[in-house]
Amino acid sequence: MSFDNAYESLLGGEDAHWAFGTGFSEALSGVNREFPAGVDRDALAAYCLMLGDDALICSQRLAEWCSRAPELEEDIALANIALDLLGQARMLLTRAGEVLGKDEDELAYLRDEREFRNVHLAEIDCGPGPGGDFATTIARLLVFSSWRLALFSRLRGSADPVLKAIAEKGLKELAYHRDHAAQWTVRLGDGTDESHRRMQAGLDRVWPFVDELFATHSVDTVLAGVAVDPASLRSEVDGVLEAVLDAAGLTRPADTKAARVAGMAGRDGVHTEAMGYLLAEMQHLHRSLPGAVW
Amino acid sequence: MTTALEVASAVRDPELPVLTLADLGVLREVSEEDGRVVVTITPTYSGCPAIDEMGADLRRSLVSAGFTDVEVRLSLSPAWTTDWISDEGRAKLAEAGIAPPARIGPVAAGPVPLNLVPPSRQVACPQCGSPNTSEISRFGSTACKALRRCHACAEPFEHVKEI
Repeated sequence: MSFDNAYESLLGGEDAHWAFGTGFSEALSGVNREFPAGVDRDALAAYCLMLGDDALICSQRLAEWCSRAPELEEDIALANIALDLLGQARMLLTRAGEVLGKDEDELAYLRDEREFRNVHLAEIDCGPGPGGDFATTIARLLVFSSWRLALFSRLRGSADPVLKAIAEKGLKELAYHRDHAAQWTVRLGDGTDESHRRMQAGLDRVWPFVDELFATHSVDTVLAGVAVDPASLRSEVDGVLEAVLDAAGLTRPADTKAARVAGMAGRDGVHTEAMGYLLAEMQHLHRSLPGAVW
Repeated sequence: MTTALEVASAVRDPELPVLTLADLGVLREVSEEDGRVVVTITPTYSGCPAIDEMGADLRRSLVSAGFTDVEVRLSLSPAWTTDWISDEGRAKLAEAGIAPPARIGPVAAGPVPLNLVPPSRQVACPQCGSPNTSEISRFGSTACKALRRCHACAEPFEHVKEI
């Protein structure tokens, strides 16, 4: 295969070399995937869906900025971050699918809203559509990546070899994401009156969804030693957010909590209004044309 | 006779074709088990879209070299870092106008420190050698590269960022 001329690849040749979007192999092919002794497999699958759905849905939201970010470099940055999260999602959904007897595509494209286990923070609409803003997207990314980084840092000690490997792999990616969001938060918060106002408004918008991130779920308890209890992350994440907000001259919003439905939230499969629209866009092609490739 | 290891080691990275997969450090192991060649590779980033291309390229090269039974395995652990890029790979990157990454060592246990400003890492311009360069964007044309500019020769250049 020669790369001297990019067009050669487009013109066919030995195989569809250029089509990076087509025919991905299974995300965990060849990885040692034995289940550790004594682990509740259903709980493990549920946990992998939680962390996988967080990444998948947040990735979908970030990808919405593709070609619409305020500057070209930022467009590329958000797409790159989305791609990292999509990679994490593929590995986690594949792990869940080993227990559930489904592949990553079935889990991503053929589950209904009530079967998704992501936190609400990942799904809320922060733009680029109406009512959203780049600053709101940065606020979400700051909170999401600070939390997920802390979680992956602890997950490096998981008794499940696959979760451990996924955490070790994703850790530095998430560190880049958090730094990127933190640096934008400082730049906007400590910028002009207008950028400060919008960054503060972005934080105010996402803050009611922070509390859910640290709520212990029964799956976390069942999987002690395999999963990380999110409640144990709170002080570390609070410390990071405080350092960023201080440097940015922003005010930490009051700790209000978004309403739950009969005590349930994203981890229970109960979602906000935004989720149905998101899934419709993410899934409609696969559902309309099953098995479609490009 | 050419060995399977020699064939696999010569396969190039689809996104950084100046490097072989061996230079990049994603080629972990090549072994033969009962006449079957087993190649183990590792992804650079979780979402690296090139990983399947790497597997397909390895398979194709080995098959055309006469190794008909080929299995490509993916290994996530130990996680790839830019420290896995060989010295030869670093030299090839610099020659191609891409600044190689610095060596960063293993990640410490415990919380990851926050960087409120981009780390002021000295990256020499691969065109003119000046250390007077700055980062334009942490995220570049592929997941593994950042975009920088040189203040001496005014040329933009890519940098394989440390991870």
